[in-house]
Amino acid sequence: MNWLLVSCLLVPMVTAILAFLWPGSRRTKGLVSVFGSVLLSVLAALLLRQVWIAGPISAQMGGWQAPMGITFVADHLSAMLVMVTAIVGVAVSIYALSDIDDARAKGGFDTFLQTLLTGVVGAFLTGDLFNLYVWFEVMLISSFALMVLGGRKVQLDGAVKYVAINLVSTVLLLTAIALVYGMAGTLNMADLNGALAQAPDQSLVTVVSVLFLVAFGIKAAVFPLYFWLPASYHTLPISIAAVFAALMTKVGVYALIRTFTLIFTPQDDLIAQVILVVALLTMLIGVLGAISHSNIRRIVSYHVIGSIGYMLLGLGLGSALAMAASIFYIIHGILVKALLFLIIGVIEKKGKSSELSELGGLYRSHPGFSMLYLFAALALIGVPPLSGFWAKLMVLKAGIEHEAWVMIGIVLLASLMIFIPLMRIWFEAFWKTTPEHQVPVETDRLLMVPVLALSAMLLMLGLAPSFLITLAEQAAAGVLDTESYLQVVLGSAATPTPEIKP
Amino acid sequence: MEILFGLLAGVLMAGGVWLILSRDLLKFLFGLILISNTANLVIFASGGVTEGRPPLIGESGFVEGVANSLPQALVLTAIVIGFGLVSFTMTLALRAWQSIGTTDVEQMCLSEARAGMTDDQGGVLSSQAYAETLQPHNEHLKSAEERP
Repeated sequence: MNWLLVSCLLVPMVTAILAFLWPGSRRTKGLVSVFGSVLLSVLAALLLRQVWIAGPISAQMGGWQAPMGITFVADHLSAMLVMVTAIVGVAVSIYALSDIDDARAKGGFDTFLQTLLTGVVGAFLTGDLFNLYVWFEVMLISSFALMVLGGRKVQLDGAVKYVAINLVSTVLLLTAIALVYGMAGTLNMADLNGALAQAPDQSLVTVVSVLFLVAFGIKAAVFPLYFWLPASYHTLPISIAAVFAALMTKVGVYALIRTFTLIFTPQDDLIAQVILVVALLTMLIGVLGAISHSNIRRIVSYHVIGSIGYMLLGLGLGSALAMAASIFYIIHGILVKALLFLIIGVIEKKGKSSELSELGGLYRSHPGFSMLYLFAALALIGVPPLSGFWAKLMVLKAGIEHEAWVMIGIVLLASLMIFIPLMRIWFEAFWKTTPEHQVPVETDRLLMVPVLALSAMLLMLGLAPSFLITLAEQAAAGVLDTESYLQVVLGSAATPTPEIKP
Repeated sequence: MEILFGLLAGVLMAGGVWLILSRDLLKFLFGLILISNTANLVIFASGGVTEGRPPLIGESGFVEGVANSLPQALVLTAIVIGFGLVSFTMTLALRAWQSIGTTDVEQMCLSEARAGMTDDQGGVLSSQAYAETLQPHNEHLKSAEERP
């Protein structure tokens, strides 16, 4: 059993319990959470290093050999995602020290943040389909709790929509998993590889794959299943919105990538076409939605949707280059989205509003901070040499390789249009003169710590992207060529196991 | 037996979907309970239903005709999780009713601006709404007291 792999799950779990039981003030609880997140990121870095050096690793719970027991696997993709999850965890838990009020902290903010991280990490590391469902539930119930913390009317209203649609998606996922078990007799994701191709009723396989597509599509907020996201994210305190925006939808994308490379064979052209079209529409709707709003929270919520489109293109095109581009975009997207939400939170605190019409004059009063916003916006837009540029360059290269000219056109159009809402925030909140009744106020300097750290990280990714590009290429190779994944889970004893089906 | 399970699942799912499409939050909740139990039935049926056999393996190893224990374990997990989620949702519905004063989702539109609505009703987070975030507590208690 690989303890490094397991401790990535145990650390946030134990931190959650500690933060719950820790006697003392809001600050000390928050510091427990910060400490746990830092420890998680150290472990995640060690895990990533080990995967980078020695390839994927696995751990069999309770010593039961796969496919009998529950397996945890870390390949390149999982290890990278656990790493950025931990980074977001650190950034948000530091930011929350200042952002989250005492009442919310008493309501268990730190505990639920850590259980949310447990669920996210678990979903990234598990190698078992039913276990994936369980981690989704862990993540979901924590997110429900975070969503209603504070109990404002508008928050409850958003939460009802969020909870309702997510529960429907959960039931769809559970039904799909049950049908997979009925057809294949196993739920181990490595063991399922190729198992469904031999199923007698191939049309049922297609139906089940569509069930997975819809269930994970709701979680990932793809077109046309995204309506819950703009209805709920903007009602949240910004620390919670940041961690949701950065992580939650990406778990859906990750689950889509895993199931549609490992379980359902990529030869299925129909599903790939559907994913491609959905990805392009998601991209467009995300940017159009962002343009149509004049509230900074709503604008950035729509950016979350738009970026999901780029992340799914790899699955739609199915080539190694496209997959690498998507994986690069996921890592970049998580970091830039976390940064952007945290910055939006600071804008809102300084200007005391999230309506563009009520903001203004921030450039005059806070020129340094304004530059940070400009940096984050340009990184998201993809101005060279920032990280978004490399992400979009890889996407376009993949498009050219496939000669998918329509796709390239839509990607370019969406990338161009994303300029509009972000620059509108710049002109309205920073550039225009201060509205007479509002004077920007000073905010807690602690808020700037995670903002600066994430900006530095993104700057490094932009200036020296080759490390991440190599990593993304290896991750894509590992995802598309499942050999090494199967090898590490099933081992050399990949012989058929005794059937316990009567 | 599986056919019976399949039919039952179909009927439950149909009823559940019909209820879920309702505008009333409570009906939605009952629909949710139905479809989550449908999923449990599907898990159970998909493992193959064996009559009158224990899900135990003898000391000699695999024996012909024992019931499959895995779907039973899965169903137990799913029931527990489903129960937790439904209780949470029920509490949420109660709180939403107490603080918003309706369970009709058409009227629950604080978080989404709609055509023909002013900013105040649309719940666009204006400076007023932001001021609300600074002092959020006990507001629900107040509105609950105001109700006759």
